[in-house]
Amino acid sequence: MTENLAVSIVEPTIYDLSSPGRTGVTFPAPDVPKAELPQGLLRSDLPLPELGEVDVVRHYTNLSTFNYNVDNGLYPLGSCTMKYNPKINEDTARLPGFAFAHPLQPVETVQGNLVLMYQLQEWLKEISGFAAVTLQPAAGAHGELTGVLIMHAYHNSRGDIKRKKMLIPDSAHGTNPASSSMSGLEVVQIPSDGRGNLDLAALKAACDETVVGLMLTNPNTLGLFDEHLEEAIQIVHTCGGLVYGDGANLNALLGIIRPGDMGFDLMHFNLHKTFSTPHGGGGPGSGPVGVSEKLADFLPSPIIGIVEEGQDDRLPLYGFLSPAKSIGRIKSFNGHFGMFVRAYTYIAMHGAEGLREIAEYAVLNANYIKARLNGKYAIPYDRTCMHEFVVEGQWAAAPGVRALDIAKRLMDYEFHPPTNYFPLIVHEALMIEPTETENKATLDAFADALIKIAEEAKTQPELLKEAPHKTPFGRMDEVKAARDLVLCCWLPEVNE
Amino acid sequence: MTFIPHAPKERDAMLKTIGVKSLEDLFKDIPEKHRFPNLHLPKALTEMEAAAELGELALGNENIRTDLVCFLGAGAYNHYIPAAVDHILRRSEFSTAYTPYQPEISQGTLQATFEYQSLIAALTGMEVSNASHYDGATAVAEAVNMAFAQFRGKRTKVVLSPAVNPQYRAVVRTYTQDMGLSIEGDDPSAKLAPDPQTLIPLINDNTALVILQYPDFFGRIYDFTALVEAAHSQGALVCIAANPIALGLLKTPGEMGADIVAGEGQPLGIPLSYGGPYLGFFATRKKYIHKMAGRLVGETVDNRSQRAYVLTLTAREQHIKRERATSNICSNQGLMALAAAIYLALLGPQGLRQVAELCYHKAHYAAEKIAEVPGYSPGFATPFFHEFTIHCPKPVAEINAHLLEHGFLGGYDLGQDYPGLKDQMLLAVTEMNTKEEIDALVDVLAEVAHD
Ligand SMILES: Cc1ncc(COP(=O)(O)O)c(C=O)c1O
Repeated sequence: MTENLAVSIVEPTIYDLSSPGRTGVTFPAPDVPKAELPQGLLRSDLPLPELGEVDVVRHYTNLSTFNYNVDNGLYPLGSCTMKYNPKINEDTARLPGFAFAHPLQPVETVQGNLVLMYQLQEWLKEISGFAAVTLQPAAGAHGELTGVLIMHAYHNSRGDIKRKKMLIPDSAHGTNPASSSMSGLEVVQIPSDGRGNLDLAALKAACDETVVGLMLTNPNTLGLFDEHLEEAIQIVHTCGGLVYGDGANLNALLGIIRPGDMGFDLMHFNLHKTFSTPHGGGGPGSGPVGVSEKLADFLPSPIIGIVEEGQDDRLPLYGFLSPAKSIGRIKSFNGHFGMFVRAYTYIAMHGAEGLREIAEYAVLNANYIKARLNGKYAIPYDRTCMHEFVVEGQWAAAPGVRALDIAKRLMDYEFHPPTNYFPLIVHEALMIEPTETENKATLDAFADALIKIAEEAKTQPELLKEAPHKTPFGRMDEVKAARDLVLCCWLPEVNE
Repeated sequence: MTFIPHAPKERDAMLKTIGVKSLEDLFKDIPEKHRFPNLHLPKALTEMEAAAELGELALGNENIRTDLVCFLGAGAYNHYIPAAVDHILRRSEFSTAYTPYQPEISQGTLQATFEYQSLIAALTGMEVSNASHYDGATAVAEAVNMAFAQFRGKRTKVVLSPAVNPQYRAVVRTYTQDMGLSIEGDDPSAKLAPDPQTLIPLINDNTALVILQYPDFFGRIYDFTALVEAAHSQGALVCIAANPIALGLLKTPGEMGADIVAGEGQPLGIPLSYGGPYLGFFATRKKYIHKMAGRLVGETVDNRSQRAYVLTLTAREQHIKRERATSNICSNQGLMALAAAIYLALLGPQGLRQVAELCYHKAHYAAEKIAEVPGYSPGFATPFFHEFTIHCPKPVAEINAHLLEHGFLGGYDLGQDYPGLKDQMLLAVTEMNTKEEIDALVDVLAEVAHD
């Protein structure tokens, strides 16, 4: 049997660590006369923990050591593009001119920020082949909602008001149908064919005058570039629908092909995937949306533009413009500006050739791991993949072992597992996206670990079923969490 | 500059293993007509050059640390951020991890999020908090979705106070434009009622949600208890968008009976950063959590009987429920929630109360001094927290231009959003403003009134 090599290292909660009377920061005494406080509107108690600065710093430092992260090793989460996040980005985003600018400052005092945002819009347009870009959306899903609202508004503006259906492939991410239903649309699922492409016959059958459009991830979540992409787009356009691109997988396409050139009408970018802004343990992301000419008027308001042309030695003045038929504001202020600084820094360091190399090496790395795993894992759609691919995490010879067990066992080899159980169309899916920033030695070690695990699955399945063994924490009782619903470290008074 | 670590020899070996000759061979599925476009982008910079270019751009701004004295708020506030906050945020263990889908190797993020939820519940006087939303505006918009779902779409009216931040109101309208809802009360051109009780007649048995702000957009503070009771008597839910610093001092929305407390968490240790990334917080009562959007961390044990944390009630979320999910939210504001947690842990009850009181006293000092200047008078007589409105003797834009020349970032021009508040300015004062700065502001305001 397996031995538990870990020692218990549970960190107390911030409330456990509290001791009355301590504080981690003090502020200057008031230098103005005290005003009378609004009696009757004051709170009676403030149940926050009381700690010194060192206690707080140690607590979070200890907690941080429980996290696997990109700076510690390969993080091959398919669909998430967990590439290395350049350190310089963190420095540029914190420059005082950026970090200490109020979002409502007069435009004359923030030309640096506006130039940066304008330039980023321009670069994203150039990279994607779209005519206009909004930087407002906060993440991929938020970009989708923006896109769906734009599509709907476009049809409505033409008096084409019976369009209520969104077509979504069965391989799509859950945010696509959720974004559609948030805007009151009906979701129609389109199956994939035997080669992992969209099933054209099914698509044709679903296309009629009630279709708002198609939401398509390309390369799709199998990591495959749809072999009939232009035809699929054509079919949707023929019935008057629009084609939305989920840009989660844009890393594979930088300098390879522009979605706008292929006929996509609009698409969101994920600056937190493709353009190296860190994921932050679950955000902040940033999900700008690019649109074709005919949708430009519907973008959220405002976008960044030149509000006064320059002349001779006078620079142009950058400011805010309101698109004529805008769907409105989708977020407060100016979007995730700090992420724009990081993405700008990243694009500036790459240029056209550098961006193309990113895609080339991302695709090289994925195909390399795929080649190394060939014969050891079932690969349901065995074609040249793009930046990621999906394997089945189950073998006939080891029927008790599931993708989840493989994922957990990988942790013992000091790797973060791939995405599991997505896309839903692959049985026991393990979706592997190494990204371009991993070297051959790392990829080999990862492939070796997966191959070893494939053997273990047959010879010592319990090693997988009980994994992980070497991590500070073992498998979780998820049922207990959902049943007990302890969501808070202290017990709030229930005032019903 | 590149972050691709392959040696040419390694690349060639990899191509050989794959069975292709060149990198280009990997892209045969891409339609040739559009393959390998020529992108017109500036020449790639080295890190050294990029640092210089970004440095230049940053210098193209006047910042409120060294160039301007800030009296502008209107939804984003200039507060002191203790040094420890950013030092912890910069740890790549936190910043470069993904959403904690694998709890065995993500306990840092999970426990920190669980603690964040606890701190937000404590601050707002509510029972549960989710793991975050994008910002205050989208958190409020999600409150509408939640209320709509709570009544299974059968109640179709939202009563939205015109004293809610104009940007939040705009985002609520954008989010709900295709939902078939009617929004009432949100009429900024109507004469602004001095008292939120005037919303009560709008609330009926078709009202899903009443949205209020506390302090409201004009800085005013009210006890909403009676209004909340009136809403509840019609079966409607109430969302109060709150300023978290004010909650260091003031009665909580929870105590007033709110069903949802949402808001902008930026004041809790997050830099202004020209508008983002910020933090939407969202707290509610336990009985509503199945309809709540967003991620939720719960306590459990691992198979070694250690206390641990996992993402829970995920069956509400898009990756499981797809089109039937409570929201489409996926990535949220994890790192910003961490910033808020660290900030609250550092300040504790003493520090937060101190900041709130400093804001309160300084704002009241400023309001009093400005009201003494001929030509200026207070906009409302209502109690306020750290923001207040003043009638100005001239258009706000003109006054602000003058202030800017003297190094002040003046207040928000309310006439932009409220036709009835022409020539009124909304000023914010925080612990960052010294008495000298306030006195100097008053002097410049006096000067501009004269010429
Ligand atoms: C294909 C796909 N679409 C959409 C999303 C949602 O993006 P975000 O988390 O930025 O909202 C993801 C995130 O993992 C994704 O993989």
